[in-house]
Amino acid sequence: MQAIIEARKVEKSYGAEGEGQIQVIAPMDLAIYPGEILAVLGPSGSGKSTLLRMLTGLARPSGGEVIHHGHEVGGPCENVSIVFQSFALFPWLTVLENVAAPLKARGVPAAERNTRSVKILDTVGLDGFENAYPKELSGGMKQRVGFARALVVEPEVLFMDEPFSALDVLTAENLRGELLELWQSHKMPTRAVFVVTHNIEEAVLLADRIIVLGRNPATIRTDFQVALARPRDRKDARFTNLVDYIYRVLTRPDLAPSMEPEPAAAPRAKPKYQMLPHAQRGAVAGLLEMLADHNGRDDMYRLAAALSFEIDDLLPVVDAAVVLGFARLEEGDVEITATGRAFAEADILRRKELFRTAALENIALIREITRSLEARADHTLPDGVFEDLLDEHFSEEEAKAQLETAINWGRYAELFDHDSDTRRFFLPEEAPAAPESEAVSH
Amino acid sequence: MTLRPLLSRTVIVERTGSWLLDLVVFAAVLAGIYGLQVMTRYWFGAMTPAAEISRSPRALPLYAFYSAVRIAVAYLLSLLFALGYGYIAAYNRRLEGLMVAVLDVLQSIPVLSFLPGVMLAMVALFPTRQLGVEFGAILLIFTGQVWNMAFSFYASLKSIPRELREAARIYGFGKWQRFVELELPYGAIGLVWNSMVSVAGGWFFLMACEMFVLGKRDFRLPGLGSYLQTAASAGDTSAIFWGLGTMVGVILLIDQLVWRPAIAWSDKFKFEQVESGSQPSSAVLNLLRRSNLLERFRMAVMAPLAERISLRTARHPEIAETPQPPAHWKMVAAMVAGALLGGAILYSLFQAGMTLKTLTRPELVSTLQGAGATWARVIASLLIAAAWTIPAGVAIGFSPKLARIAQPFAQLAASVPATALFPVLLLALIRMGGGLGVGSILLMLLGTQWYVLFNVIAGAMAIPTDLREVADVFHFSQWARWQTVILPGIFPYLVTGMVTASGGAWNASIVAEYFHFKGQTLQTIGLGAQISSATDSGNWDVLLLSTIVMAALVVGVNRSLWRPLYRLAQTRFKLEG
Repeated sequence: MQAIIEARKVEKSYGAEGEGQIQVIAPMDLAIYPGEILAVLGPSGSGKSTLLRMLTGLARPSGGEVIHHGHEVGGPCENVSIVFQSFALFPWLTVLENVAAPLKARGVPAAERNTRSVKILDTVGLDGFENAYPKELSGGMKQRVGFARALVVEPEVLFMDEPFSALDVLTAENLRGELLELWQSHKMPTRAVFVVTHNIEEAVLLADRIIVLGRNPATIRTDFQVALARPRDRKDARFTNLVDYIYRVLTRPDLAPSMEPEPAAAPRAKPKYQMLPHAQRGAVAGLLEMLADHNGRDDMYRLAAALSFEIDDLLPVVDAAVVLGFARLEEGDVEITATGRAFAEADILRRKELFRTAALENIALIREITRSLEARADHTLPDGVFEDLLDEHFSEEEAKAQLETAINWGRYAELFDHDSDTRRFFLPEEAPAAPESEAVSH
Repeated sequence: MTLRPLLSRTVIVERTGSWLLDLVVFAAVLAGIYGLQVMTRYWFGAMTPAAEISRSPRALPLYAFYSAVRIAVAYLLSLLFALGYGYIAAYNRRLEGLMVAVLDVLQSIPVLSFLPGVMLAMVALFPTRQLGVEFGAILLIFTGQVWNMAFSFYASLKSIPRELREAARIYGFGKWQRFVELELPYGAIGLVWNSMVSVAGGWFFLMACEMFVLGKRDFRLPGLGSYLQTAASAGDTSAIFWGLGTMVGVILLIDQLVWRPAIAWSDKFKFEQVESGSQPSSAVLNLLRRSNLLERFRMAVMAPLAERISLRTARHPEIAETPQPPAHWKMVAAMVAGALLGGAILYSLFQAGMTLKTLTRPELVSTLQGAGATWARVIASLLIAAAWTIPAGVAIGFSPKLARIAQPFAQLAASVPATALFPVLLLALIRMGGGLGVGSILLMLLGTQWYVLFNVIAGAMAIPTDLREVADVFHFSQWARWQTVILPGIFPYLVTGMVTASGGAWNASIVAEYFHFKGQTLQTIGLGAQISSATDSGNWDVLLLSTIVMAALVVGVNRSLWRPLYRLAQTRFKLEG
């Protein structure tokens, strides 16, 4: 089958070429075929949205090419639409004017613009709201306007960037159902839908084909057809199996994705700094307590459901427990370790001690900061030193986030403290105020 | 009028405008046409650069009209310039840094320093017509109005949310549609507020722009500013009061007829997802919206015109836009233009340096002394402003009842230009035995304290009730309350107000430190007085030197004091939800 839009070896990196360059998306091939709903799943920061922007021509790939009907894409594609996460409606235009705006851009005369816009507003269930302003509408209705605006130009491919994630659960469910209905009854003239999401169930509910991305840099971990008949039932065993499988792929970034038991992965050189997951240690403690209550082991999918967490919220917490040595991952299950169990059962002060030991033992960055501070005569250092070190391994933004997490954990462990005004690290007993108060007491 | 069939599902209230209202609108249009005629006859008449200024109150309506037109034309020019400059600065990556820096320097140069160049150029351009002199005065007012507007539009363009931009791109908006449906609406609120500040500035400097001596040439244009100055020079108290009354009246009228409706109208451009509680309203705007005549005009002329433009500028899908590599000749042309410009700048720098070489030592010393004196005055006026506006603003901001009473008064007081009050103030000061040294501080204060007051009120209103309740629950002392809740809470607003006030105070020094009164010239030591007297006596090198010193001081203080405070306000003292 002829693809509508095809990406050939597209990649994206930021920064100047050479050592400072950070690759966000590794060269990948991807095609959108007529008649399918294609979902792209990935943890946050995996470059899903960047991929969508390259496919629509909004962003230029750093390498490779995007082909639209045999021609290389140079600017925004003709005949595609995007539904945005934030709706991206113009607040100063009425609902009708918002929907008519793309037609105006194509030079459609006023009368035809109005008939077509009103018709599409009817289709998405917004008749009667033509003269309302977006701010008068609820989130779900705003996104309906977003859909109407996207569909009014009869796009060949409808792109959606996390279209339901700004909505509450019930509204999202409702809107998803209506979208599927429009698609199946061919009420929308669209030949393919491309949806980016971090919600696994959403992907399995909607898609004919799912692509799962890994991160740092983004690669395609797996690409498979969803053969379930519609309407799909969340309780169906095949449905839950599929969701479980995707969880497994997402939570085990080091293993090749396959339904079969994997061969042992080749040992890789350990990077100098591991990626710290940005989790609050309170959440880690909560997770460990919950695991301890669940006989020390539970399925990721069930945990997420019990916490009503999405994968994006749960993953960093689990990752944090794993890097600290409090838990380990096995076949999509989380299992608590001995230290993890000790932590869950300890009191506040004992927990601090356990956390300190675990952090010093397992987290290279925290160990390094502590050692460096101890080595200094004045027990203080500007944080820029570590930021520079991290910059060699992470993007500038990520380096800052890494440092922030390290500060957060280090403070809790009482290993070191940080003054955000002077931007310096110091050992806790070396707090700037301490010597002064001592001097007074003499 | 009938309902459009398309909208039949929604209810539209039948237009209730009366014929009386239409009559008023019609009369206003006729008056406008007549005014235009008067103006053109005057402008294209023979040149009378030094018109005889009458002190009779009867002359006032015409003078007020001339001044209002000058300010209006200068404002329109400012608006066009601001849109163009902001647009280019925001989209041309290569020029952006340069253009923003130029803006920063230009806004720190006081109006009078532009005077000689602008005036002589304009008179040379139209040697025999009044238009030349007139246009010179308008350009002067323009230089006092334009910079903050340009900066506001540039900043708005830079802060348009990414997804809105992407929506415009993916749906193929052409440049025109993007401008009318995205960029202009997004910048509208900032432009409206900055327009108000700018026009107020126009009134402030009106006296300086309508009547001045340039070396041996005497320039006097009929207008409110020159009327007031003539009255002050002659010490004619009753004429001063007549002129003042007229000016206040005109300003209030413009406030009601233009700014209130503009603010109420621009509320729809607020970038918000949820409707906010209170919306500004304007009776005039409601009336205008209800006028049948205007509605017909809109439907019959404006709507089809807008439609035609949008169809004409729409991008046709078959002509796909492909990014073109920059043409070779364009690069060469840009380089040649850059080299020419650079050469011109170097040459004029060299010439300026040669001019400065003729400076005498006393001139240098007095400029530096003046800079010190003016600096002290600016600081004093800021301190006084802070000292009374912080307690007053917080009290007003915390008490809705007080706010309802005080705000209209404060707005009224703020819209009256300080220069208009100055003659009265000066009379009082002379009677009490004070000099211009103190008087000029008062004048600076009159012009700038409102920025601080309004910002403090807004800041006090923005402090969350929770924080104030915490102070109540834990029985904070007054001192602790101010230290931990109020001052940190209003800090960002206070900084914004003080920055504006400090820039305004520097600029105001040129009219505050040098004044023609009862046939003599009152002046005190100061950089502003230095600039004014250098303009009067045609002493170009002193004018150049003091302008450079003032611009350097303002830019320097902005960079070294206000910018760090601003950053602190945006990080540490930002109230986040």
